[in-house]
Amino acid sequence: MHEVTLEHLKREGRIVVVGASLAGLRAAETIRDKGFTGSLTMIGDEPYEPYDRPPLSKGVLLGKSTAERTALPRRRAIDAEWRLGTAATGLDMAARRVKLADGEEVPYDRLLIATGVRARPWPNAAEGELDGVFVLRTRDDGTALARRLDAGPRRVLVIGAGFTGSEIASACRERGLEVTVAERGDAPLVGALGGVIGAVAAELQRENGVDLRTGVMVTGLEGDSTGRVRAAHLSDGTTLECDVVVVSLGAQRNTEWLAGSGLGAGPRGIACDAGCRAFDIRGIVTDDIYVAGDVARSPHPLFGYQFLSLEHWGNAVSQAETAAHNMLSVSTDRRPHIWVPAFWSSQFGVNIKSVGVPSMGTEIMITQGSRAERRFTGVYGYQGRVIGAVTFDNSRWLQFYQQQIETTAPFPVPFPTVDRRPDGHRPVPADFPDPSVPTHGPTITLSGYSPADRRMTFTPAGH
Amino acid sequence: MTHGILSDILDYANRANPYPLYEELRKTPVFHDGSGPYVVSTYYEIQSLLHDPRLSSDSRNLAATAKDPLAGEAEEEAALPPSFLKLDPPEHDRLRRMTNRPFGPPHSPHRVDGMRGDLRAIVTGLIDDLGDPGQIDLVDQFAYPFPVTMICRLLGVPREDEPRFHVWADTLAASLDPDPDADPAERQRKTHDSRMELGMYLAGLIEERRKNPGDDMLSQLAAGHGQDESMSTMELLSTAALLLIAGHETTVNLITNGMLTLLRNPDVLERLRREPTIAAPLVEELLRFEPPVQLLPQRTPLVDIEVRGVTIPKGSSMWLILASGNRDPQRFENPDRFDPDRRDVQHLGLGSGIHSCFGAPLARLEAQLALTELARRLHNPRLLEDPPPYRQNAVLRGPRHLRIACDEVRA
Amino acid sequence: MLRLVVDLNRCQGYAQCAFLAPDVFAMHGDEGLLYDPQAEEAQRERLAQAAAACPVQAILVDDLDRDLAGVAEARDA
Repeated sequence: MHEVTLEHLKREGRIVVVGASLAGLRAAETIRDKGFTGSLTMIGDEPYEPYDRPPLSKGVLLGKSTAERTALPRRRAIDAEWRLGTAATGLDMAARRVKLADGEEVPYDRLLIATGVRARPWPNAAEGELDGVFVLRTRDDGTALARRLDAGPRRVLVIGAGFTGSEIASACRERGLEVTVAERGDAPLVGALGGVIGAVAAELQRENGVDLRTGVMVTGLEGDSTGRVRAAHLSDGTTLECDVVVVSLGAQRNTEWLAGSGLGAGPRGIACDAGCRAFDIRGIVTDDIYVAGDVARSPHPLFGYQFLSLEHWGNAVSQAETAAHNMLSVSTDRRPHIWVPAFWSSQFGVNIKSVGVPSMGTEIMITQGSRAERRFTGVYGYQGRVIGAVTFDNSRWLQFYQQQIETTAPFPVPFPTVDRRPDGHRPVPADFPDPSVPTHGPTITLSGYSPADRRMTFTPAGH
Repeated sequence: MTHGILSDILDYANRANPYPLYEELRKTPVFHDGSGPYVVSTYYEIQSLLHDPRLSSDSRNLAATAKDPLAGEAEEEAALPPSFLKLDPPEHDRLRRMTNRPFGPPHSPHRVDGMRGDLRAIVTGLIDDLGDPGQIDLVDQFAYPFPVTMICRLLGVPREDEPRFHVWADTLAASLDPDPDADPAERQRKTHDSRMELGMYLAGLIEERRKNPGDDMLSQLAAGHGQDESMSTMELLSTAALLLIAGHETTVNLITNGMLTLLRNPDVLERLRREPTIAAPLVEELLRFEPPVQLLPQRTPLVDIEVRGVTIPKGSSMWLILASGNRDPQRFENPDRFDPDRRDVQHLGLGSGIHSCFGAPLARLEAQLALTELARRLHNPRLLEDPPPYRQNAVLRGPRHLRIACDEVRA
Repeated sequence: MLRLVVDLNRCQGYAQCAFLAPDVFAMHGDEGLLYDPQAEEAQRERLAQAAAACPVQAILVDDLDRDLAGVAEARDA
């Protein structure tokens, strides 16, 4: 891009951000920080200004806050035109226009797509419509679920023991509600952290009074004559009476609106390069469309240039900043998005944090603390190097292990630590489920190969 | 044992301004002169090491050859077991967690917040009693009695016993200091005796609190506040001694360094007077600019580690110069400028990682309140000598006296 | 009303915020942090103290009642 064009863009260009949540907001702020004085349009399908989602499954369900109080603070004024409550329905790449649900079209010079993900609904639509069946992703979901929990249901069924499902179960127990968790895998969190850590998560749930049922699927939900859910049928033949069901089966990427646009978007997200520029369906990188947040898939040099899709708060912020920076920079000033995956979860009074990509790990060793005490650090190894780490109430050590990942330090971890226990000297299989079996609620999805690899395939939406 | 720049840093003649020496030291981020400790002086290296699980705080992991008598009280264990300051997990974590129960969240979330009224009343009383505005010793009349009164109240130690434990606390604080001029044997004996006497004093007090418990921390710790874990009597004594000394010997420096810095930066002092809400960021900048604990002389690697290309052998003594990291231009722009508007002040002034300062929230409130009230009430304050006379201690560095004058003490 | 968010990736559970503004922040277990993302006006000073004291500078607060540009300037890191 010529300097002249860039200066013109910065001064009086048109930037459109589709997706008015965390990534969209932080990108908009960065865009203004970079001196962009042109028009900025924020398009969001929800009627609310950007809000923070993590509290919805924690503080909001615990009564520490409410879903209405989750609006995100601003780093600066962004002077944007807000189109809230209006979903984007299409993209014309040639004409550089975004189509909206109300029929209007918004032209752009640069487009940032940050449409994120939505909760995967219960597959049987009629059952999903029953009163008392919830998902938890949006502010409205949070309000509705919190209100129903306030009413004191007799039993809550949580379907899926990923992070969100486990947090919901934790909140229910803390409120004194009876809760059953049904998980098709062998343990909670098993898809993200493997069976060794999943076993600890299972103990935590059971110690806290959760009726945890693993290795089962919910085969059907049953309503009463008034349309209220009253029971669930499980694959082991049992029937469970419950008056609230929370479907927590992971997320789906919001890319359907891009079907037929020619952009490389599909159920696994929108592929982009390390600089957050979207690929078109031919595998050619665009120069005016950028992607950030949960909807993006981007190659990461630390993880063999595999395409990572991260449903992580910190990734959304970091990728948004990088996309915004690159959008307004000449090519030599652009930066790669090389954020090291990191997330947290708070459940049953334990703070769980992770860095790297544990799910790539084949082995794990507990380098500090003890699983029995629920305070430990687990390190994941892959092909002789450290690839990920998880802590339970041990987060002050985590940055050290992040450095180990960044420097591809050797695994098994060869050195002693201040809190190494006898069982922490040998690696054991990390025990991840067969990746070909779909799990719900993965927080890191690995897919595809480097942009140079011809095996990258495009899966159109809806197929 | 120490040569060149390290002995310069420890040299009392340089106490008033060690920062040029730190700047010199940072040219060699991991300094080692062949026989002394490995000295780390740059921000990012110190920050990393404070989160490095290969580093121990337990002196029992020091190699015999590294047990430099200058490095402190090797024999104190004879009197009391090491406090959590000098332990590694899991013992450190257990003791610190239990000590925290009667002090902070999650079990006692309102304890420190609830002390705000007391803090204000003590500050007000001490300023009311300053006397002749032409001759104020800010250390003796304010910066020392304020935190001591508060720590006594918090722990449940009678304020009138202060003259007794003051001597022990001073000796024990001095034992942290690698003073090259002190006679090691003599110092060890004094340290041992002080620890013994302080231990016996606290044992008596705890016995008394067991019989007549109050709402103070000693009573609650003695009552076995944490039921799921336990603290032995000896551990309780070590912990109580740690809290009493730390609550005694550090905040006085923070407040005094703070007032000294403000008097040297009158525009900032005036701004604090007009705009008391800047007190919180101002104290953070102060913790960067003049940290009350200058260095941590008590770390050792459990295995050979490499830092900036230097291999530090297992069992070596390591010093982390927090005050130098805080002035590292690689991390802080214009590091030698005191700037309360500075953003992103992730200083090392209260440490970092699992051993970060236990009393930090109290120290912060005390310093904020003290400096705000001094700025508000002292009219036209000025230093009577600059630099002031310093205490001997190079680790817990601060003025011994801060003689100031003002036109009047306002109501 | 004051809006706030804590970057819990940065948070290491030092609990300074929960000590200094206990009606906004609470520790959940030894290390987890819970907070109300909207604080009352009466919490302004405590919230400012908590944000300043955070050892990892993870707390972002804005102010619904003041000029946002001013907040932005003050928050640029």
